[in-house]
Amino acid sequence: MSYTAATVQLLSPEGSLVTSDASAEYLPYVEKLSDEQLREFHRQMVVIRRFDIEAANLQRQGQLALWIPSLGQEAAQVGSGFAARPHDHIFPAYREHVIARIRGVDPIKIIEMLRGISHGGWDPAENNNFHLYTLVIGSQALHATGYAMGIQLDGLTATGNPDADEAVIVYFGDGATSQGDVSEAFVFAASYQTPQVFFLQNNHWAISVPVSRQSRTPLYLRSSGFGIPGVQIDGNDVLASYAVTSANLDAARGGEGPRFIEALTYRMGAHTTSDDPTKYRDADDLDFWSHADPITRFETYLRSRGEGDAFFAEVATEGDDLASDVRKRTLELGSPPASKMFEHVYSDPHPLMDSQRAWLEGYEAAFEGGEE
Amino acid sequence: MATSDFPLPDVGEGLTEAEIVHWKVKAGDTVTVNQILVEIETAKSLVELPSPFAGTVSALLVEEGQTVEVGTPIISVSSNGEFELTAPAVDEEMTGAIADTARTVAAAEEKPGAVLVGYGSSGHGGSRRRRPAEAAPAPAATPTKTPPPSSVPAAAASSIIAKPPIRKLAKDLGVDLATVSPTGLAGEITRDDVIRQASQASVFRNIQTPEWGTEREERIPVKGVRKAIATAMVQSAFSAPHVSIFTDIDATRTMEFVKRLKNSPDFAGVRVSPLLIMAKALIWAVRRNPTVNSSWTDKEIVVHHYVNLGIAAATPRGLLVPNVKDAQSLSLRELASALEQLTLTARDGKTQPAEMAGGTITITNIGSYGMDTGTPIINPGEAAIVALGSIKQKPWVVDGQVLPRFVTTVGASFDHRIVDGDVASRFVADLASVLEEPALLLD
Repeated sequence: MSYTAATVQLLSPEGSLVTSDASAEYLPYVEKLSDEQLREFHRQMVVIRRFDIEAANLQRQGQLALWIPSLGQEAAQVGSGFAARPHDHIFPAYREHVIARIRGVDPIKIIEMLRGISHGGWDPAENNNFHLYTLVIGSQALHATGYAMGIQLDGLTATGNPDADEAVIVYFGDGATSQGDVSEAFVFAASYQTPQVFFLQNNHWAISVPVSRQSRTPLYLRSSGFGIPGVQIDGNDVLASYAVTSANLDAARGGEGPRFIEALTYRMGAHTTSDDPTKYRDADDLDFWSHADPITRFETYLRSRGEGDAFFAEVATEGDDLASDVRKRTLELGSPPASKMFEHVYSDPHPLMDSQRAWLEGYEAAFEGGEE
Repeated sequence: MATSDFPLPDVGEGLTEAEIVHWKVKAGDTVTVNQILVEIETAKSLVELPSPFAGTVSALLVEEGQTVEVGTPIISVSSNGEFELTAPAVDEEMTGAIADTARTVAAAEEKPGAVLVGYGSSGHGGSRRRRPAEAAPAPAATPTKTPPPSSVPAAAASSIIAKPPIRKLAKDLGVDLATVSPTGLAGEITRDDVIRQASQASVFRNIQTPEWGTEREERIPVKGVRKAIATAMVQSAFSAPHVSIFTDIDATRTMEFVKRLKNSPDFAGVRVSPLLIMAKALIWAVRRNPTVNSSWTDKEIVVHHYVNLGIAAATPRGLLVPNVKDAQSLSLRELASALEQLTLTARDGKTQPAEMAGGTITITNIGSYGMDTGTPIINPGEAAIVALGSIKQKPWVVDGQVLPRFVTTVGASFDHRIVDGDVASRFVADLASVLEEPALLLD
């Protein structure tokens, strides 16, 4: 599956702006972007890809239990991530590393989670409303819808002051669209006309099941049956991702109800480090999407606007620095004390946790201190 | 020059071993961090391993084609001075902990070396951590040094373990969870525990014992309803020679019938109880045995070919026996409605004298107080009174097997001047047969 006639594209794979009837609606959002903002888009995409590769290597070196790569999906994430305003709430799946970074989550928090020493460990309230990763496929669509209903009940949307209005954006993949949770979220969002954007990154694979087996129709049509307008974009086009998400979040904040965006992208890596995509993936597909790479085309675009080598070298160095920093801090992580597992089971002190902690301490104390 | 080993990692969530397929470096080569060192094959796939170190390869520790367990060092790299040798090595504490867990599992299965997750292995990775004092294979086998029990500990006395729905149930039933004896695993309070406590509470809800009266004796004037009751009882007991008979029956089908009626739209909004079935049964049995529904006048016996069905009711004013007029002409639905109305009026203390006059036969529902049966006294002017006892599950023999069935006792008292033993017995047997098989009402 690749792009369709309905796919909104603002930047072609060759790196030039697309002018069409479909793009005319969204180009004004792009025209308002400053050079600094455009550079920031590129910086985030490049740096997170470098981080992603480093994290995958750390997994292969035994430092992480698992890594979930976002390779190839940087544009869908960076564009939509910057479209969200600071007071909007973001509900990620588990692959939105760059959006976490944009919202101020220290990347080491994600490393800790996939090392198996935390359950997430960041407080959304202290990280610009970036909520925790949800590993259960699609559940976050319900969390987000509930939160959006709350925003609505609090009267924080459609206030008449567009700068104060709040909305929710929730990320999920094509596999999640096959889950009941996502459909249920559509039902509630449509019923209550919640201020939210459903952002689907269609990376074409639910682990090893292709999207073509999951849906007979293009997924952007799915939401219309629930009464939610849907749009399909080129998810490897950071400008389309930014502009279309901005337009739809504006509508949601303004009280026009939920919206659905299908971003066509491709998972260039494995689903996680635990699977082997060469066993199910077609080389032609990979070829097609390599040519549609989000970073390459955006670099071409920036160069055409006059950006020079110095900037790209600086960005590459920043990526290396982050990778090196993350490696160093990963190696220093060690293991948390076993007692940590009891700390956040309940918000208040709990006698069962106390007794289990005491049992474990007693058990540990039954061992003599080391033969070696 | 420091040297570090790279232990074979678990690259796929729980793999235990891998084959070294192809080395991409050899001893003496300079390697950088993340440079591909080797291709391995796991149970899942071919995987390339990047170097965790920068330095010079001092030795390849495993030959191509060999399968080694996760945690086995596969390559040594020494720092060449140019790079700081980062030695992540796998965190020993973590490795050891996982290996310990794996050993415990393995010991339990009596299959040493079998591991479920991570770096567990009987050889290299596993020996690093401190061992139990006796160095027994499984920690559970070190009783002298292992004070805690191996099972999940029961919670401290102060704690209450109950799932949220059970807590809600307890709240709804007014049960204080602190007073409940738990029977669940590790002291968890179960649904049954709460229900048992609630039913005990209801049994004992009147157990508060009032103080003795302050006066030595209390004199209550005999008047009103009490006087009327007394007069009627004496008149009945000392003019009509009473005979009482009883029979135990299996009322399971009646209970099922009641349940079906309750679920039926036709009976929506009206109270349906076993008393209704008994009332209908009585009307049917009266037709077959008319003399039980009659009055003694010394000169003649007046047999009523209608039923003014009396229901003995406890009211704020005392015992009253209002009756449903011409109950024989009512449908089951109408009878249910009439009984409900009669009961509600009596309970409110609003029963009028006319509603109590002209009764022809009576039912007393002592089962509603949990009593099995009794020898009721006939309402004056009538010839019979039927007692419906409580209906409870009891062991009952069906086809040679003891089964739990809903069992009750039907008792009745008769004016022996009118009703002989054989008629009385046939009448009670008819009642019993309907309660055992309500389909007879279709007759």
